[in-house]
Amino acid sequence: MPFILRRLLFYVVAAWVALTVNFFIPRAMPGNAVQSVMAKFPNLQPSAYKALEALLGVGHPGSIWSQYVSYLNDIFHFNFGTDVSQYPASVSSLLVQTLPWTIILVGTATVIAFLVGTALGIVAGWRHGGALDRVLPGLMFLQAIPYFFFALILVELLAIKTHVFPTGQGYDNGLIPGWHGDFISSAVYHSLLPAFTIVLTSIAGWMLQMRNVMITTIGEDYVIAAQAKGLHSRRVIFTYAARNALLPQLQGFGLAVGFVISGALVMEIVFSYPGIGLLLLNAVTSNDYPLMQGIFLVITFAVLIANLVVDMIIVVADPRARTREATA
Amino acid sequence: MTAVLPINAKSPALAQEEVRPGRWRRMPAKAKVGAVLLGLFVLAGIIGPFVAPYDPSFQNPAPDLSMHGPYGAHLLGTTQSGQDVLSQLLVGIRLTLELAFFVGLVATALSVLVGVTSAFLGGVWDEVLSLLTNVFLVIPALPLLIVLLGYLQTKGQTATILVLSGLSWPWGARVVRAQTLAIRNRDFISAARETGERTWRIITWEIVPNEVSLIAASFVNTVLYAIGASVALAFIGVTNLNSWSLGTMLYWAQSQQALQLGAWWWFVPPGLAVALIGTGLVLLNTGIDELGNPRLRDAASASKIAGRWLRPADPTPVLGEIANQRGRVAGFLHSFSRSSLLDDTEGSRAR
Repeated sequence: MPFILRRLLFYVVAAWVALTVNFFIPRAMPGNAVQSVMAKFPNLQPSAYKALEALLGVGHPGSIWSQYVSYLNDIFHFNFGTDVSQYPASVSSLLVQTLPWTIILVGTATVIAFLVGTALGIVAGWRHGGALDRVLPGLMFLQAIPYFFFALILVELLAIKTHVFPTGQGYDNGLIPGWHGDFISSAVYHSLLPAFTIVLTSIAGWMLQMRNVMITTIGEDYVIAAQAKGLHSRRVIFTYAARNALLPQLQGFGLAVGFVISGALVMEIVFSYPGIGLLLLNAVTSNDYPLMQGIFLVITFAVLIANLVVDMIIVVADPRARTREATA
Repeated sequence: MTAVLPINAKSPALAQEEVRPGRWRRMPAKAKVGAVLLGLFVLAGIIGPFVAPYDPSFQNPAPDLSMHGPYGAHLLGTTQSGQDVLSQLLVGIRLTLELAFFVGLVATALSVLVGVTSAFLGGVWDEVLSLLTNVFLVIPALPLLIVLLGYLQTKGQTATILVLSGLSWPWGARVVRAQTLAIRNRDFISAARETGERTWRIITWEIVPNEVSLIAASFVNTVLYAIGASVALAFIGVTNLNSWSLGTMLYWAQSQQALQLGAWWWFVPPGLAVALIGTGLVLLNTGIDELGNPRLRDAASASKIAGRWLRPADPTPVLGEIANQRGRVAGFLHSFSRSSLLDDTEGSRAR
């Protein structure tokens, strides 16, 4: 079986674990969605309890097994249940509204940070002990700052004090969302500061990791042999050292992507950016359990897909993955 | 375990006359800075609640004390309801550090347990545990934490510690397992086995002591993660908002519009404290790394010979003799992991 197919199967298993955990949490934990709706609307009669149970699907009719099957069936049809705080709306419609904002912003910014950080890491690793190494403690400081705190500082300095950037929101309030120039340029302008936050806080991590792998790779015999042959140093750096150092870096990217996305979601709150993060805040403040769970599943799926893409890149970059496909 | 590198070796007679520099002097500079930085915050965490000038929850009703900037009586200013920011900070550091410390302790214990068990059982059970570890590594923890803590009625310190520990062991388990596999077949372990030592004794007296630096690094990493995660959770509001931690300080500053009202003294101190504690931990960890891997050390340890910087090569690690010894089921399970690429199996040999 080709490497990529095996990985795909692994992600299916991971998704199934996430779905199953998600299924059992509300059944194992105290507190439920019906109670939170009843608390939100105090004028509801106690007789409404049963009706709400049926509507929100939390009354747990039938055996655990039949509940589980119908739950999986619902998820498979992107039915994440009914929202509690914005009551008649379905969770999936809320997710569809907010998901594009987050994917475009966080996706682009993360890829930029990874590429720039890796490039800087190559240079820092090659010129070990050079100028870039001297800024390392500063970078570690940047890396240790929570995304959202960095966002607070940037808003304070660049939006409130100096008005260079807007303080928040995804676009100008006066505009109607759509595919026209005004809206797109406004959306891009509003996303610059959040994107800058993600890039600046996550770049240090990629750079440090790449630098360390580069230093270890440069000590390998084949790199020394390439230098001894008198190859141009650019060729030695990129074709011999960096290409091999890139593989652990890509694997690290796969593992870290969930962490980066989580950080970015919290950051969205600072900017009141109309993405999943703000939705998550609203879900938490209004005890909206179906929405919280829907968001958990969607983020998990996004991270799994990102990991699958990383594996595809590994297949392209690593000959071992291809020879396995040829022979297996 | 640390072998003396030939480049640093001096004749024994010389070494005896020389006063050996203390352990502290021999530590990498980064680790020293990290340890000092961290020490300051730990000190603040210990004595903080006793030296705090005010009760952090006390709301001073004086109208001119609402969001007053820093001055003599309130060194870090006041919040919107007239609470003293410095007192909140001093009390908050303790709660945040306490949570992170216990999460680090519990999660590291779990990861050692899973990692060592996995490596020692070997075969199918190893692969099942590794699969579980990999699955929990790839599922994003923060949203799951929010769902779990969201459902909990009591969002107290203990509950948060348990839930956070329950989700942060996989990183450590991975490295501990890899290291255990690497030293499991070393001579001194075989010798211990030949003398009839029981397995649990070999694990506690031979294996775990040889992984102390790795476990320490894993602990530091988990503490770092726990601080970031708990602060983020509090910032979203999934915590006990009546207690004072660095995260809840940021939550109240954000929800009461400190930013829009220009009260920088309200949100900068807790955020800066998180960042500085984090920097201290990262520096400390880099120092531990450099102790274990001489190639990462600063140019100080390298010598300039004929215009080129040369570094002592690190001892080649003994790794992966076990890779080909998997049974059929175990090999099948293993082939689904990303690290299966690194095996020296048929695929790469066929070339």
